[in-house]
Amino acid sequence: MVNIKMCLAIPAKVLEIKGNVAKVDFGEGVAREVNVMLVDAKVGDYVLVHAGYAIEKLNQKAAQESLNTWRQVLEQI
Amino acid sequence: MTANDAAKFRDPKLAKKVTDHIKKIAPTYKTKFCHVCGTHEWTITHYGLRSLLPDTVEVIAGPGCPVCILPAVDIDEAIALAEKGVTVTSFGDLIRVPGSKTSLQKVKAQGGDVRIVYGLRDAIQMAKKSPDKEFVFLAVGFETTSPSTAIEVLNRPPDNFSFLVSHRVIPPAMELLLGIEGLQIDGFIAAGHVSTIIGMKPYEVFPTVYGMPTVAAGFEPLDVLFAIDMLLQQVNGGAAKLENEYKRVISWEGNVKAQQLVARVFDVVDGHWRGIGKLAKSALTLKKEYEKYDARKKYDLHIEESQDILKGCLCHLVMVGKINPSECPSYMKSCVPESPKGACMVSNEGTCRIWAKHRVTKLR
Repeated sequence: MVNIKMCLAIPAKVLEIKGNVAKVDFGEGVAREVNVMLVDAKVGDYVLVHAGYAIEKLNQKAAQESLNTWRQVLEQI
Repeated sequence: MTANDAAKFRDPKLAKKVTDHIKKIAPTYKTKFCHVCGTHEWTITHYGLRSLLPDTVEVIAGPGCPVCILPAVDIDEAIALAEKGVTVTSFGDLIRVPGSKTSLQKVKAQGGDVRIVYGLRDAIQMAKKSPDKEFVFLAVGFETTSPSTAIEVLNRPPDNFSFLVSHRVIPPAMELLLGIEGLQIDGFIAAGHVSTIIGMKPYEVFPTVYGMPTVAAGFEPLDVLFAIDMLLQQVNGGAAKLENEYKRVISWEGNVKAQQLVARVFDVVDGHWRGIGKLAKSALTLKKEYEKYDARKKYDLHIEESQDILKGCLCHLVMVGKINPSECPSYMKSCVPESPKGACMVSNEGTCRIWAKHRVTKLR
């Protein structure tokens, strides 16, 4: 975790929120504390975390829509 | 996104379909797209995306590595502080970046208190635990990172804590690329997580004023391939547009709260970029009301002379996409990840280091 990529934010699931600090899971099964002041996140949401700060909520519906659209478009070719 | 969702954007079957489509629609003449993010370069190199593209489609890396473009003078300032006995806290990459004469890593080896942290919060915790010591954090990074600095400035860190602010903003660097003779870019892949913060609006100038197709993209291999396909469609259609490939994360307006906090804490000023020079309105500096947290003012730092590019290093050409790392005579000879000559070989997001770590020696 120390050698972070400066432009990369990693998705994590919000487990618990107390004020501006949330416990999140990066998929490692370990809870880590991050600042969630910049996002309007609820428990169960996925947030993108950059260097200990959540910078956006992940829209899972948009993720699926985008894949579906591409599949449709590419099928027609 | 869950690990499972990320895997969906790495689906080899869909990737094959996109690359087939890219091959079908690629113009017969040379088309060059430029990204401006070290993580995009990592994705492209790690997944071998260049090898999937037709010969006519080239993707180059612009100045998208915040550690690489950090001028030597900023490292020299941090070194001066460490030599004064101030504890310097920093992201891991930075401590190996060459200043004019030495690096923070070498200063640490000689007894300087230089500490690697995962993020700013850790650095502030350290300062709170040792009120008798002075702490400085090297606040580097583009728009993805500057909001976290703004948050902590507004949280009022302890009096023994200050920031060496070296934040830069990306759009001026993209504008610079358009003016470089011989570079001739046909489209931009805009950085996904910079765009998460600033939104799409700051890029409007590229299609409207410069006629430059621009697509903001995510960091999975399919994201990059989709973006290339979208750019090619724009090129073929003859009309430059601004499009968002990464809708699962980027909204048109961006993270407004982050933008507001950054605007409250920082002024936008002209900034020096290593190997590139001064770019108008490309850097952030703490506003007057927060100057007690500005390490440059607190410690009255003045570096007379600095040297950005050491002899034999062509980092300045790699960073603007003028040459590939393999075109530099030092690449993988006198300049290797274990003993880097220039910043591009130091940072995990430097083009030379990414290529070196993947043993890339030539393009095709």
